[in-house]
Amino acid sequence: MKLIILENYAQASEWAAKYIRNRIIQFNPGPYKYFTLGLPTGLPRDHLESYHSFMWNNFFKHIDISPENTHILDGNATDLQAECDAFEGKIKAAGGIELFVGGIGPDGHIAFNEPGSSLVSRTRVKTLAMDTILANARFFDGDLSKVPTMALTVGVGTVMDAREVMILITGAHKAFALYKAIEEGVNHMWTVSAFQQHPSTVFVCDEDATLELKVKTVKYFKGLMLVHNKLVEPLYSMKETGAERRQSKKPYSD
Amino acid sequence: MMPSNKSVSDAPIFQFTNCRILRNHQLQREDLWVREGKILNPEKLFFDEKGSADIQLDCKDSIIAPGFIDVQINGGFGVDFSLAVDDVQSGISLVSQKILSHGVTSFCPTLVTSPPSVYHKVLPQISVRNGGPHGAGILGAHLEGPFISKEKKGAHPEHYLSTFESGAFQDLLATYRHLDCVRIVTLAPEMKRSSEVIQELTRRGICVSLGHSVANLSQAEEAVRHGATFITHLFNAMLPFHHRDPGIVGLLTSDQIPARRRVFYGMISDGIHTNPAALRIAHRAHPKGLVLVTDAIAGMGLAPGRHTLGQQVIEVDGLNTYIAGTKTLSGSVATMDSCVRHFLEATGCTVETALEAASLHPAQLLGIEHRKGTLNYDNDADFLLLDNSLRVRATYIAGEQVWSQDTFTI
Repeated sequence: MKLIILENYAQASEWAAKYIRNRIIQFNPGPYKYFTLGLPTGLPRDHLESYHSFMWNNFFKHIDISPENTHILDGNATDLQAECDAFEGKIKAAGGIELFVGGIGPDGHIAFNEPGSSLVSRTRVKTLAMDTILANARFFDGDLSKVPTMALTVGVGTVMDAREVMILITGAHKAFALYKAIEEGVNHMWTVSAFQQHPSTVFVCDEDATLELKVKTVKYFKGLMLVHNKLVEPLYSMKETGAERRQSKKPYSD
Repeated sequence: MMPSNKSVSDAPIFQFTNCRILRNHQLQREDLWVREGKILNPEKLFFDEKGSADIQLDCKDSIIAPGFIDVQINGGFGVDFSLAVDDVQSGISLVSQKILSHGVTSFCPTLVTSPPSVYHKVLPQISVRNGGPHGAGILGAHLEGPFISKEKKGAHPEHYLSTFESGAFQDLLATYRHLDCVRIVTLAPEMKRSSEVIQELTRRGICVSLGHSVANLSQAEEAVRHGATFITHLFNAMLPFHHRDPGIVGLLTSDQIPARRRVFYGMISDGIHTNPAALRIAHRAHPKGLVLVTDAIAGMGLAPGRHTLGQQVIEVDGLNTYIAGTKTLSGSVATMDSCVRHFLEATGCTVETALEAASLHPAQLLGIEHRKGTLNYDNDADFLLLDNSLRVRATYIAGEQVWSQDTFTI
């Protein structure tokens, strides 16, 4: 894995954004599809806290993406499992996921793959752990009864199929989960640990998220930042010629 | 430009960008989407219809506010709505077209106290109609008088004042005759049998306003109980606030207002009709009820000099308008956008508050906020592009640009 450690939330976000931008440009020409990972069930589509609203307000409305190229699991579908299976089918039809970008929960979950989720699971309906429900209560005015208890989510296996995985982890409350994910063994209680077995993973985090790691680990990866920063400098532009863009940007492999 | 798969409609979709819009009582950095004359929900368009904008317009960092609504305007540009002419429509049309540059997208042409013959002649010629490039929309007439108090007649002619003490509503009907296009009636609630009249007017969907009156607070409260919801130009033409009987002004903080009802009050914030300190007192006491009105007269928009207001002759010099030869104020020559700016400056309120006093509140008064007065989804796309000093750059009605400054194009 590559562990990228930045000073704070803003810098970590910026590094991740630049990396994603370079990867997108590198990937062109060719159709590029985005898939959004997980949607709680039981929320009407235009509820403020639905993933549709979240994605619209935080991403789609700021860019010129074509609606046909967005795929969000529909938590209000009549047959939820069929919706999940169809989602897997769409991923396959699009040629698979090139880069998966996700976060990590305080309990080490990726997407809504709560502790105990199979490490080879696929897109499915998942019940949410109490920790997750409590964490999400803030979006429902603190009223626990209003928080959905189930979610549609991509599986750990689904994400493992992606050609590259990027996990964003910021904040001290995620530090223990990061420790469990990268310094302990692969364990279905901390599902992000599954990516230790993925050939190409990038963890982007801030200083606070490293608080539970060994000093040795942190020093080692900070020392590699000179090399890792070559992934975001130079920052590509769509206006460059094809030859420049297609240059391989992997200075080393891990 | 992306192809749009418009499963709902083929009409073009406009996206106004690089702007700050007034929504949910706040200026937000959001785009405004319009289709078929209405404000469109872009999230629904994106996910349900998989649609996108056909035309994107750069608003050059303008503020976008709902169009202003003027519920008390007696005329302008030489036109006096209370004159019994044969062609009332052309006068109304002229004014409705000219006030677009002041940011007014809907208004209530107001008639001051007049003899019945005037009402019989003029009212049938007024009709409710939508705005457009031809001018601001007409919401209905505002009849200010003749059922008002002699002591507080202001500029209204005394010999045409009237009462309804013998026949109550029938008297009113005999005076006005045509009520179809009437939206607001101003009367003095201390007059005998006013309760019945107020009740009947309210029952017919006509907004009753208290003004030109010497009513005390209990009389005013009783009028509100029977349906009155507005106060005509607060402070002017009513008893002054007294700490043991606040009069009509006391309605702003009365605890006798029926639940779920709100009393609105008009204010002419031209810097003349009300001292800024009084404006601030009213605003602080009851901010959600404040409705900016111009009470503009024929002289508005014209050079200083003499003009008519119903049966009277008015003298205009600068911002002041008096009955000729006296110091009695009569109407104003203020424009709506200048009232908004003056209100902002005098009260130190937020831009959002100032804009809502001229748009949301009058819409709420008339019960039309589901259609006008806000930029909520599915509302009529009547809106303004303003600069940071709240000067109007462009006016839109039903999504179409109906006026813009010469120097401003998008």
